[in-house]
Amino acid sequence: MVPEENPGAQPESHPAWRRVQLARHPKRPHSLDYIQRLFTDFQEVHGDRTFGDDPAIVAGLAQFEGNPLMVVAEQKGRDTKQKLFRNFGMPKPEGYRKALRVMQMADKFRRPVVTFLDTPGAYPGIDAEERGQAEAIARNLREMARLGVPVVVVCIGEGGSGGALALGVGNTVLMMENAVYSVISPESCAAIIYRDSGKAEQAAAALKLTAPDLLELELIDGIIPEPPGGAQEDPDAAAESLRQHLRRSLNQLDGLSPDQLVQHRYAKFRNMGNFFA
Amino acid sequence: MSWFRRDKPADENRPAPENGERRVRTEGLWQKCEGCRQIIWKKDLEANWSVCPKCGWHSRIDALTRLKLLMDDGEFEPFDVDLRSSDPLGFVDAKPYSERLAGMQRATNLSDALISAAGCLAGRPIQICSMEARFIGGSMGSVVGEKIARAIDRAIDLGTPLVIVSASGGARMQEGAVSLMQMAKISASLMRLDEARLPYISVLTDPTTGGVTASFAMLGDLNIAEPGALIGFAGPRVIEQTIRQKLPEGFQRSEFLLKHGMLDAVVPRLELKPYIARALKFFAA
Repeated sequence: MVPEENPGAQPESHPAWRRVQLARHPKRPHSLDYIQRLFTDFQEVHGDRTFGDDPAIVAGLAQFEGNPLMVVAEQKGRDTKQKLFRNFGMPKPEGYRKALRVMQMADKFRRPVVTFLDTPGAYPGIDAEERGQAEAIARNLREMARLGVPVVVVCIGEGGSGGALALGVGNTVLMMENAVYSVISPESCAAIIYRDSGKAEQAAAALKLTAPDLLELELIDGIIPEPPGGAQEDPDAAAESLRQHLRRSLNQLDGLSPDQLVQHRYAKFRNMGNFFA
Repeated sequence: MSWFRRDKPADENRPAPENGERRVRTEGLWQKCEGCRQIIWKKDLEANWSVCPKCGWHSRIDALTRLKLLMDDGEFEPFDVDLRSSDPLGFVDAKPYSERLAGMQRATNLSDALISAAGCLAGRPIQICSMEARFIGGSMGSVVGEKIARAIDRAIDLGTPLVIVSASGGARMQEGAVSLMQMAKISASLMRLDEARLPYISVLTDPTTGGVTASFAMLGDLNIAEPGALIGFAGPRVIEQTIRQKLPEGFQRSEFLLKHGMLDAVVPRLELKPYIARALKFFAA
């Protein structure tokens, strides 16, 4: 649970906003911190074979408890130099295309795919638009739906809209306890509805973007507990918690045929939506 | 009846324009073309499907007019007309989302931002979805997502092609992550349509941005757009604010996307139907 006292937030702040701040905490474990703790023989692969390599997405072959799988993850930087190198975790089209390339490689060799979501959003820049940011995300959504292997998605920090979802079409979708997953950032939402990006806290509450919110809306399958105070307080414990959920999720999907996995993933997303008929 | 009506200063009682959409309010007999600034007899403009007879500027048309333009004799059978959003977040901004929806439903006579229908295009039965940009910016929530997914289901069941005409600011903020997941839901359904080897033609019109572009609008076997339409992932203002660069002339317009390889063609409104008909003939052969 979220602690009563949390150094990064005002004590009176809304729980959703506290979680937004924890999800963005400067010391929060990023994808590579988990990859290092969870996998052995991690071997990074690079490039989309079309334009370039995007450091905001890390992909590679790995062993998880003796079983080979493909890991694809959005990666933020820690210090200023790393942040710039990783483009603040905002992938460009070549990043999404690299991700798709390696996921299809995993499909070809029948290896499960594990993805970690942690991005403020897909990069909104001129070059990204020129190279088809929208097309890259759209294609990933459709092609992830087609993968004949188990796909486990874990939102470890910031699930920034389409930029996160582009790696998010999984058989199992989990969120870390203090991760957030939203259609729009609280700041942008506040700028639109209150015409004041300073009212992000209100917007964070209205958007229902915490892990318990998404579980209640039946958009995710489970919540991975974090150590007291948040994952940044004890990254090893957070990784251990993630490991247990990852193992369980992969075991649950083990034994399903490629067709069953595709059908399972399709049915799961097909059922999302709230309306009166 | 007045001959002209000037733009009035923003009226406090009017709902704020969604997603920065600007609308010129002209209810007179004449209308000023946004492209060439010439004065046009409004009936001439309407007879030409709101394409300026002088300069070819494409003004926006609503979802219903779009269907009349594309379907044989303007006839079609609408589906899922009663689907309504259940406001899953209980979202409140300037006013409650449920009230905003009710107001929009009255103003547009639609239950949400999309009409889905079956009918014939040049004699061929198709499933078609047409988005309504006036309805909360044409934004995609659960209802838009479900109506498109059902249209895809029908296309697969009946073995017919699918046409979707997009006009949308993207995913609907007021339904939060539920809106976001509609992108994955529709794209997964399009995977099934693809596996069934059925044609899908995506028609992008002004404006098509955000989560709609980043899902079904870019996934057509053919992606075609009307001239001058704003098409992109991030909106131009977001990009300017984020990167603090001035955007080049014509950025994110149809012609820009054609040049960068994202579209198969830029097709004027009056040629849309014959273009789609030829494509469907090819796919069906």
